[in-house]
Amino acid sequence: MNIVVNNKWIGQRTIRPDGVDKVTGRAAFAADTTMPGMIWGKVLRSPHPHARIRSIDTSKAEALPGVKAVVTSRDVVDFPLDKSVMLGIQDMRWMCRNVMARDKALFPGHPVAAVAATTEAIAAKACELIEVDYEVLPFSIEIEDAIKPDAPILHEFNKFEGKPSNIVGTLEHKKGDIDEGFKQADIIIERSFTTRPVHQGYIEPHACLISVTADGKATIWSSSQGQFMVRAMTSMLTGIPQSDIRAIPAEIGGGFGGKTIVYLEPLATLLAKKSGRPVKMVMTREEVMRATGPTSGSKSTVKIGAKKDGTIVAAQGTFYLQAGAFPGSPIRGAAGCSFAPYDIANVLSVGYDVCSNRSKVAAYRAPGAPIGAYAVECVLDEVAESLNMEPLEFRLKNAARQGTKAAHGPVFPRIGYIETLEAAKTSPHYSTPTGKLQGRGVASGFWFNAGGESSAQVNITEDGNVVVTTGHPDIGGSRAGIANVCAELLGIDYRRVSVIIGDTQTVGFSNLTGGSRVLFASSMVVTQATEKVINTLRERAAKIWEIDPEAVKWENGAAHPASPNAGQFEPLTLEQLAEKAPMQGGPIGAGVQLNTQGADGGFGTHICDVEVDIELGIARVIRYTAVQDVGRAVHPGYVEGQLQGGVAQGIGWALNEEYIYRSDGKVDNPGFLDYRMPVCSDLPMLDTILVEVPNPKHPQGVKGVGEVPLVPVMAAVANAIYRAVGKRFYALPMSPPKVLAGLDEPVQQAAE
Amino acid sequence: MTDIRYVAPQTLDEAVGAYAAAGSAARILAGGTDLLVQMRSGAVQPGLIVDIKKIKELTAVEELSDGGFRFGAAVPGAVLAEHPHFGKIWPGVLEAVNLIGSTQVQGRASAGGNLCNASPAGDSVPAMIAAGAVVTVQGPSGRRELKVEDVPAAPGRTNLKPGEILVFFTLPPRPPGSGDAYLRMIPRTEMDIAVVGCGVSLTLKDGVCTHARVGLGAVAPTALLVAPAAQALIGSRLDDAALNAAANACRAACRPIDDKRGTIAYRTQIAGVLLKRTVKIAAERAQGK
Repeated sequence: MNIVVNNKWIGQRTIRPDGVDKVTGRAAFAADTTMPGMIWGKVLRSPHPHARIRSIDTSKAEALPGVKAVVTSRDVVDFPLDKSVMLGIQDMRWMCRNVMARDKALFPGHPVAAVAATTEAIAAKACELIEVDYEVLPFSIEIEDAIKPDAPILHEFNKFEGKPSNIVGTLEHKKGDIDEGFKQADIIIERSFTTRPVHQGYIEPHACLISVTADGKATIWSSSQGQFMVRAMTSMLTGIPQSDIRAIPAEIGGGFGGKTIVYLEPLATLLAKKSGRPVKMVMTREEVMRATGPTSGSKSTVKIGAKKDGTIVAAQGTFYLQAGAFPGSPIRGAAGCSFAPYDIANVLSVGYDVCSNRSKVAAYRAPGAPIGAYAVECVLDEVAESLNMEPLEFRLKNAARQGTKAAHGPVFPRIGYIETLEAAKTSPHYSTPTGKLQGRGVASGFWFNAGGESSAQVNITEDGNVVVTTGHPDIGGSRAGIANVCAELLGIDYRRVSVIIGDTQTVGFSNLTGGSRVLFASSMVVTQATEKVINTLRERAAKIWEIDPEAVKWENGAAHPASPNAGQFEPLTLEQLAEKAPMQGGPIGAGVQLNTQGADGGFGTHICDVEVDIELGIARVIRYTAVQDVGRAVHPGYVEGQLQGGVAQGIGWALNEEYIYRSDGKVDNPGFLDYRMPVCSDLPMLDTILVEVPNPKHPQGVKGVGEVPLVPVMAAVANAIYRAVGKRFYALPMSPPKVLAGLDEPVQQAAE
Repeated sequence: MTDIRYVAPQTLDEAVGAYAAAGSAARILAGGTDLLVQMRSGAVQPGLIVDIKKIKELTAVEELSDGGFRFGAAVPGAVLAEHPHFGKIWPGVLEAVNLIGSTQVQGRASAGGNLCNASPAGDSVPAMIAAGAVVTVQGPSGRRELKVEDVPAAPGRTNLKPGEILVFFTLPPRPPGSGDAYLRMIPRTEMDIAVVGCGVSLTLKDGVCTHARVGLGAVAPTALLVAPAAQALIGSRLDDAALNAAANACRAACRPIDDKRGTIAYRTQIAGVLLKRTVKIAAERAQGK
């Protein structure tokens, strides 16, 4: 495939198509939608972390004036426990029980009923009138409690090593012989780490408006990372065929993976169907924090052995991740990604998926990978220190490259990891001295990246401009990127290309926005569709000129006669050909649908400087540089934004963010005051270095970029804190009380 | 679904009348930055809201003839910040009041509301205690004065009697060589709630501390006046020994809890650290630096 390198628009910081609407407040998010006759839906949620639901009596709620419909699990399509039905990464057995508890409520906030009424206040009152008879059961939240032999079991059918257990899944990646590997090591360091559950923290709460007409046709306006996912999940959970559900994606106010599943849409659809009225549902922030997916808390142990010359000979990782109420924690990301940047002969990486009584996890930016990288990159820092090796040199010595076989399976094609290490090493940041109580840490990270199904339609308007329709909610700049790509191929100004996101009934199936796949996949289908359009345009010109289409070339937005006819005819522009289209064969446009392949993994290396106030225990990040192999930065401003956003989230995860639980099992900080995401003033300008090693399997060289930037951050911060104060912290978050307490106890784990 | 009555009287007498008549179902609305949040979360469901922002006495800022200051309970932080002299004379009080919420919230939030909300972590309260501020309250049986440190009774509860409304704060005249400061510890840099707050007001004469008051927040059920800390400073040249003694007095005064915002050990330790840092700033201001 040809990699386009000399570009007019690819690589330019073109104006965002969604920019004006967002800065003027006109962007229509899901909660902005209304309809005539609309009523409000509310969810009644379990107050208990673990309880059997003996019965639910909704009669008093139904009798309340203004109440139009009440639904419980009886109304939701059941997926029996004995048969797995997968939709993407979600198992519908768990989805049907997560949107509405069936026999048991499994976390505080678990929906048990939903009401639609003429006002929000009546709906809330009706929820209070629903009588639920609970048999309260013992519960566990933390991993160590959930895996105890006598732990209360969430899913009695699940067995691990022959016994009922909360360990609901395992995953093992193996390469070489781990025992032999450690025998060769001159130094072995083994450490254990914990991380707390953290929320994606999107500003826009989940919201939807759903209308179901008398003939059973449903229209969904909602905020999600995939309108087709919303349609399929809603269809499966309500029994309405997909052809009768039109899911319209609203502008999305953040997702970070957390909007790749549904919570409200099936309930609102059922309520709308029952009541005959459009139903709107908007979560409160508290509902978002209590009942939607954070990512896992974790407990990991990592052991790494190296020779005196710095060669890593063996690496072992054991990662326990909280799944929450239902199986499905991202052990694949933790166990699969964490050793991937290194060429290590002997690797054993094992993940355990652990259920406990907290909300079911949802994807969060490189799910699992930051948890694994945190442990591995911190141990690597200790190994390098023990060997008196500079940490970037140590990584360079062991870096994965083309031909390296990763423990999780693939043999790497041409990758850009080494380039990120070199760029970090030669960056101005890395050579700047640090001051008193300041320290510099480095860490690397890997994420798989994904391809998958995408569809696009490219249409030439009657006035000779372009409308591109794709099927992915834009959470990272895909519209701007697509405009650059399409304008580049057509040789026209990018402002003549309007990129919109189609709904489920107007554009072909497109898998959800996730896995850093969207620009990779959609620019591939848009490229092919645009090439088809260009071929049509060349044919039209050939017909007009009465020459062979092969003798027409497309350049600078116009058809030109090529040799042997070069110069014989005046070029025909896109506008001219569009004008002539009705007489020359009709409308011009093309659609392409593909299951895209060839998404290469992404690597990043980060440098973090912190300064620690040792009296208050506050670590502040004072300088940060994220280096990443981004393949090809189609829109560099957006790519930098992705890197900066990931780093900001990682700094929050490292320093202050955490779910805090009360002794009754409820989340104690379900809001942005006490769930401390970083605010602007907490962070320095986050610098980025974009390394471009083009993906040879992509027409523009694109690689996914959105998830890698979160992977190395917590380790980079932890390693920096160590360099600042001489103390290593093995638990996140490194919040002020913990840092201060840690500085008071000088004992350190010693190397073996 | 209960109906809420809202009144916005022009006079204090009307306000007190309506407030007292409605009993415990009534709530005072100044900026509303606590009340509306509490209503939204379902924590309170008032039957009557008495908006006091239309009452002149509650929204005025006045320099008194003796050099003191009087400002109404409903004066928003942003208005206080714009006063030409207030921040020069009471920089510590102003910085504490201006820490209540974001820029947007500052346009509404008042020191009166911050005090009557009776959160142990309210930012303005330790600074007001240090400043020696006195409040005037008016109720059905007339007016009375209270020291700021005597207003909070417990988390969320004040010593105001039924029907009493906070009218204004009075800050005493400042002798030459005086300075004040407020520092709080928060894990972030803004938009957060104090884990420990410390207000210090002092007067220096020839380098010797002649007067001092210390207020601490978020380390006990109510904000505290820490007299032993002040005693340790008075008569000293604010040398290390005096600062250590004052810091230890602050730590000794702490009766904090372990919660999602901090631990007992952490809060106690930090109270002393903040005392030293706050004294240094107040002393620099007292010396005109």
